[in-house]
Amino acid sequence: MAVTDRVHWIGAFDPKMRTFDVILKTPNGTTYNAYLVRGSEGVAVIDTVKAETADQFFTRLEAVADYSEIKVIVLNHLEPDHSGALPELMRRAPQATLYISDAAQLMLKALLNNSNIAYTPVTTNDRVSLGDRTLRFLNTPYLHWPDTQCTYLEEEGVLFSGDVFGCHYCDEQLFNDSVGDFRFSFEYYYSHIMRPFKQYVLSALELIEPLQINLIAPTHGPILRDHPRHYVERYRELSTPQLHLEIDHDVKTMLIFYISSYGNTMHMAEAIRDGALEIGGFRISLYDLEGGEVEPFVDLVEDADAILVGSPTINGDAVKPVWDLLSSFAKINVKGKVAGAFGSYGWSGEAVRMVEDRLRGLKMRVPAGGLRIKLIPSDVELEDCRDYGRDIGAFLMGKPRAREIDMSQL
Amino acid sequence: MAKAILTFADIGVSVTVPAGTRIIEVSEKVGAGIVYGCRESDCGTCLTEIVTGMENLSIPSPIELATLAEKKAKANMRLACQTLVLGDVTIKPGY
Repeated sequence: MAVTDRVHWIGAFDPKMRTFDVILKTPNGTTYNAYLVRGSEGVAVIDTVKAETADQFFTRLEAVADYSEIKVIVLNHLEPDHSGALPELMRRAPQATLYISDAAQLMLKALLNNSNIAYTPVTTNDRVSLGDRTLRFLNTPYLHWPDTQCTYLEEEGVLFSGDVFGCHYCDEQLFNDSVGDFRFSFEYYYSHIMRPFKQYVLSALELIEPLQINLIAPTHGPILRDHPRHYVERYRELSTPQLHLEIDHDVKTMLIFYISSYGNTMHMAEAIRDGALEIGGFRISLYDLEGGEVEPFVDLVEDADAILVGSPTINGDAVKPVWDLLSSFAKINVKGKVAGAFGSYGWSGEAVRMVEDRLRGLKMRVPAGGLRIKLIPSDVELEDCRDYGRDIGAFLMGKPRAREIDMSQL
Repeated sequence: MAKAILTFADIGVSVTVPAGTRIIEVSEKVGAGIVYGCRESDCGTCLTEIVTGMENLSIPSPIELATLAEKKAKANMRLACQTLVLGDVTIKPGY
């Protein structure tokens, strides 16, 4: 299918796909988009398809080019849904040179279990000539794997964007002005695939926005030929921290989440808040997980600087709403945020350590050991809670309170 | 037993430890928050900046050196999961 005079879509339709990569629902199926670019001195193939749909790919490729014409193969991203047909393509076009990003080199060997495939690593502003057509590479790591890059066809203003600006939506009309309403899929794809990498999206947009873009050709879903820049602008909107639009960039925020069986963990949360307030200089919110939906909380966590989580211990574990909250952190980037755990317990009190381990596992910073209190906090123990709040607050404000510890006493 | 003082510069905590204690174990014990992954020198997650006392640390193993090289670590960085404190040291997490 012709995309422009020089670009053909040679991908595959997968309308029956219902779950992608275990976690993504695909009610409309998906497409694996691959493209062929014809220049005066050769042909380039940009991305391939999932191995199971390779027959479609090769049939479409053969309809528009001979294998002997292929001079260049580009993989913008090596995930198997884009690299599945690569070994067979290279077998059929052994003269072609494979171009991948620097970060893709180890992945190529691990994915294909074949260290003999020759390739050329490229980075931003490296170019490959097809005679009267030129491919320029843009290094856009972590969108959403370390290896991801975009390829820009300079003379046509076509951006082969990889998974960026893509979505799981299968419609044989293929172009955004012809297919059905795919807004849900576009937003859903962003929130599940790109959202944890917002900082990297913003870095990539610095490379993409200055380009003259006539058409965006992603690896999944509709080809964006009508108002392509709208999708670039939407990515910037979605990746810009929302809270910072409302308050001063420098104002830090702390969120304290808790859930409480008999009010003990709640009293701890309140005392921690009171202690943190004594430090001051940042905003604090206190939320009872029993009274809220997780999804809006996750939106708040994304913009927050410190997150404390309080849970009682029931049957040797933290309780489900706490795990629901923590598991949803995988959708956003929480690395480096300040974190802590606390909770009241009756017998053994495992929850605090388990929550703390999870926070560390998410690469959050846990500057003070978790606070556990057996059953009802005494006045002295509530003062410990306030002190814990002061500790976290001081750390958040970049003024950690000096402490000396003899480890033999721990 | 010889003792050493390990100071976490970012949180203002100084810990007196027996010489030969692994940095990550101290961090865990006092909640200093060094993030780690495999604890086997492979993932490089616990990359840590040594502010002072580089000479008071255990010698890096070949596998730690390989990971430091792969991570393009600066000369004053070590993996907290591998490094033993032998004398007074001040550190800061590398992220």
